[in-house]
Formats: sequence, C-alpha cells, structure tokens
Amino acid sequence: MTIEVRNIVKEFGSFRALDNVDLRVETGELMALLGPSGSGKTTLLRIIAGLEWPDSGVVTIDGEDALAHGAAERHVGFVFQHYALFRHMNVFENVAFGLRVQPRKIRKSEAEIKKRVGNLLDLVQLGWLADRYPSQLSGGQRQRIALARALAIEPRILLLDEPFGALDAKVRKELRAWLRNLHEEIHVTSIFVTHDQEEALEVANRVVVMDKGRIEQIGSPGDVYERPASAFVHGFIGESIVLPVEVRDGRVRLGDRDLDLIAQDAAAGPSKLFVRRHDVAVGPSGSGVFEGAVKAVRAFGPMQRADIVLGGLGGDILIEIDAPRDHSLKVGDHIGLQPQRYRIFADR
Amino acid sequence: MTAVAQRRSLPGFGLTMGLTITWLSLMILIPLAGLFVKTAELSFAEFWSTVTAPRTLHALKISFGLAFAAACVNLIAGLLIVWALVRYRFPGRRIFDAIVDIPFALPTAVAGIALTTLFAQKGWLGAPLAALGIKVAFTPLGIFLAMIFIGIPFVVRTVQPVLLDLDTELEEAAECLGASRWQTIWRVILPSLTPALLTGFALAFARAVGEYGSVIFIAGNLPNVSEIAPLLIVIRLSEFRYADATAIAVVMLVFSFLIIFVLNRIQHWAQSRSLATA
Repeated sequence: MTIEVRNIVKEFGSFRALDNVDLRVETGELMALLGPSGSGKTTLLRIIAGLEWPDSGVVTIDGEDALAHGAAERHVGFVFQHYALFRHMNVFENVAFGLRVQPRKIRKSEAEIKKRVGNLLDLVQLGWLADRYPSQLSGGQRQRIALARALAIEPRILLLDEPFGALDAKVRKELRAWLRNLHEEIHVTSIFVTHDQEEALEVANRVVVMDKGRIEQIGSPGDVYERPASAFVHGFIGESIVLPVEVRDGRVRLGDRDLDLIAQDAAAGPSKLFVRRHDVAVGPSGSGVFEGAVKAVRAFGPMQRADIVLGGLGGDILIEIDAPRDHSLKVGDHIGLQPQRYRIFADR
Repeated sequence: MTAVAQRRSLPGFGLTMGLTITWLSLMILIPLAGLFVKTAELSFAEFWSTVTAPRTLHALKISFGLAFAAACVNLIAGLLIVWALVRYRFPGRRIFDAIVDIPFALPTAVAGIALTTLFAQKGWLGAPLAALGIKVAFTPLGIFLAMIFIGIPFVVRTVQPVLLDLDTELEEAAECLGASRWQTIWRVILPSLTPALLTGFALAFARAVGEYGSVIFIAGNLPNVSEIAPLLIVIRLSEFRYADATAIAVVMLVFSFLIIFVLNRIQHWAQSRSLATA
C-alpha cells in the first residue's frame, strides 16, 4: 500500500505546522519521520490517519483519496505514545475491540475473534497476559498490546506516534529491534514518528528529516548521516563541530585566516563548516588546518573525547572531538587538527 | 539488646487514626446509637406496629421510591449536562456551570416555595399543565420534581472532573479501530465514567431520601398520598411520641445504609476492573 502526500498545508492559528509537504511512502516500507518537537511530524502522521485535517493538499492511500473518509473508514492502524489502551477492558478485549465494532454483516464469529486475538497476542509474545488489565502491565508490554490492537483490524498501513517515547532507555532499545523484526515478519507499510535520531537510523529503511513544517531531506539512514542535504540535517543528526566561516572567491576564511579547505558548492558569504567529531585527524603541531591545545580528556568505550581550544583564529574557540583510544592525548598538548571529511553550507 | 522502633514511611498514623475515631464517634456513631437506644423503649410488637402502620409504610414508599426515581432521572440528565459543559464551547458556558450549583447553595425552603409557586394551579408552569389535566403541586409528582431539583448538582459535580480527565486519545484510538461515534460512547466513554456515575447516583439518592425543606412546601403533605417519611418523623416528634419517631428513623437509617452499601460494592467492583493493581 503506497501513501502519497502532496502540498499539505496545516496551520494552527498563526503557526504553520506543515508548509507544503510532499511525501511518497512505498509498499512495505518502514519509514521514520524525524525532527525536533514542533517540526510538524506528528501533525503529518495524524493527517494521514484522519485524526487531523489539512487546510489544503492531497493525501492518497493506495491511489484512493484518503481525505474523503474519516479515521474510522480509513483502515489505518495507529499506535499512540501513551498507549491509549482501554483501562476497563482486559488485554484480550482491548485487542478484540476493532473486531467487535465491525458492522454485523462482516463481523467475525466469537470463535474467529478468539483465534485472531490469540494469534496477535502470540505475535507480540504476550499471550500469557490475555486476562490482565492494562494497569497491571509494564510500559513496554502496554505498547506491544497497543500494537496488537492496531493490527487486529488488518490495517492497510500502520502509523506509530513516538511509540517508544514514554519508555525507559533499556526497554526502548529492546523494542526497537523487536519492531524491526516484526515489520520484516508482517511487512505492512509503516510510518513512525520520533525525535530520537538513533531510533530513526536504527529501525527505518528510509528517514524523513523535518524541521519547521518542511521536509529537509529524505533518504536511507546512511544517506542522511553521511550526506546531509542541509545545515539543519548535519546539525541535527550525529554530533558535529560547527565553525562560522566565510566563503569568498572560492576560498574558506575563518576570522582573518584563509583555511586550506575547499568551499564545495557553497555560495559566497557567511557559511558554516560542519565536521563530525570523529572525522578529525589528530597529529603533531603544524600537521593540520587547525592548531589547538588540549584542555580536557574524557576516556570511555573505544573512543576518547577531548576538549580542544583552537588558537590563532582571533579569539579562542572551544570544540569537542572524538579520537581513538590508542592516540595519546594529554591535557596541555599542542596538536594539529585536520578535518578529513567536512561540509560547508551557506547560512540561510 | 534494645528493640529498634518500627519506623513508618508515613508518620502520624496514631494521631490521625485517633482523631478520626473520636470524630466519627462524637459526630456520627453516638447520635445514631442514641437513636437505637430511644427506639428500644418500645417493645418489639409496638415497634412493628409503628413501622408497619399503613401511613408509615406509605411515607417510606414515597420517600425511597421517589428518591430512587429522581436519582435515575438525575443520572441521565446530569450526564447530558456534564457532556455539554465539558465537551462544547458555547457562550455562557461558565454561567451555566455556576447555575448547576444553585440547588446546593439555595436554602431548601426557598427552593420549595419557588417550585410551589411555579407549579401551583395558577403558576407559570402549573396553569398550562393543569389545562392538560396534570397536577403537580401537592401531589407525589411535585415531590419527585423537588427531589430532581436538589439532586442534580451531585451527579454533575462528581462526573465532571472524570470526563475532563478522560484522555481524548482513547476516543481517537477507538475511531481508528473503526468504531462509530455511538460505539465509542457506549463501549469506551460510558464504562470509564461508570464509577463516577454510580457515586453521583448514590449521593443524589441519599440527598433526596433525607430531603425535607424543599419537599414539604410542594408536597401538600396529605397522609397516605403525599407525605414523606422525614415529615412523619417531625409530626411524631411534635406529638411527643419520641420512640415512634426514632423507630421510623431507624428503618430509614437501615434502608439507606443497605442501599448505599450495595451501590458502594457495585462501584468498587466497577473500579477494581479498571484500576486493578498487580
């Protein structure tokens, strides 16, 4: 089932939540909408579900005009951040809800409902909780039940709004892997909203990065990380060193110094230089574009993180870099720094 | 070896429990015990003949029956009022919200006189109703109306905060699962409100059973027609038949207690389903 969104505009009062958004989701994809809060990602998801209506634009699901129908007729599975389980029903009845409210003509028999709910509970590996009430479950269990409930109606597409947002870090990690496996098993076209870049990059086949109601970039997790399309994406995904530079006559200047860097295709004028923290080679003084003094070193895991004061740039600039552990860095060392990969974007 | 004093994470149990028991005893248990002691002055045969006298039975029937009916009406009307006040934004909503409390605040005698004036045979509403052959003032129907009037805020004020708190995501979830608006109300919203509705019902019922001030003005107080049990108690008192009065009071007390106890159990059952803890 493909989903197509064209020219969607949505305003709340004077706030433009979505500004001419176009998006196409292919059959069987698991897509992440990633962005900071207020970027419009949840609004877009709710418009696709039919819980919110756009001011203008087109939404089609499998070629069919979705805006002609309300949420109840769209056959869309929706999973809420805070689960939204029915507290007065046990787990079985929660999952069976979508089957029980079907029009009498197509409603399944009690035996069929029982079988289907049993299968779904097995799918989310919680068959043993059928008689419990939601208040007796942990957060992770509740969210899996919410997912089983959404799948009960055999939805054409599955939408998840910050599905792991209310869970603690460890459960979150487990559920990420679990969701990816589940998607491989059932293969329903899915979109999930998250503000957690790690979650988006780890779970999705494709990532849509949003900011201020616009789509900044659509690409594979590798693409958005390795080849960010804009300054926003570079700054939002992964950790970067950002330096204010100026591009003039195809040369890159920082303060009153020419840097031995290529301006790429950034337009002349004030720009920003982005370097990933681990894309900086450390060598002896004089070996790189930048000179710096080590101010602090924190070692953990396979990397060490160092605070470096860049010198000779008319005013000290403090940056953080990640270097391999085998490289000995001591506080007070004077070192040379060479960006191995970098991007320059003109200031907007 | 010295015993280590047991520490509780919440201090003050002794003090608060002591105060609670003292207060309950002084304000509720001792006066009620007095009721039973006074009633015990009667032999059982006397007691039985007092409470099974046709006039007493009729008064009890009027009080409990009409209170129950009025509470049922208030349950439905109260739910509709709450729904309108919570779910819609309309001009004057805050004023309506405040008006709901008037039966709480109004002296009951004022309410009784107002209702009687309104529904008397020449009153604004009484006259057209009389033309249709419906007599309200000085009949059980009038008592019923007065009981509805004083009971409505109880349902509204207990259900309102629960509906306000009810997560709209629940309704969105139901809608996404294909439920119609009616199915959502019937299967999701009403069950979530059930405990609060039962509490409101019990409070409105209890208030109507004990109501005196507003009812006696509109009731007409004809023995065996429109006489309520609390009024009969007052009549017995004014005749200096104190033991007879307390006998009727004891019957009312036991009945009320049983009914509220049963409602309480139903409510507990409804709540334990949704708030069960592991």
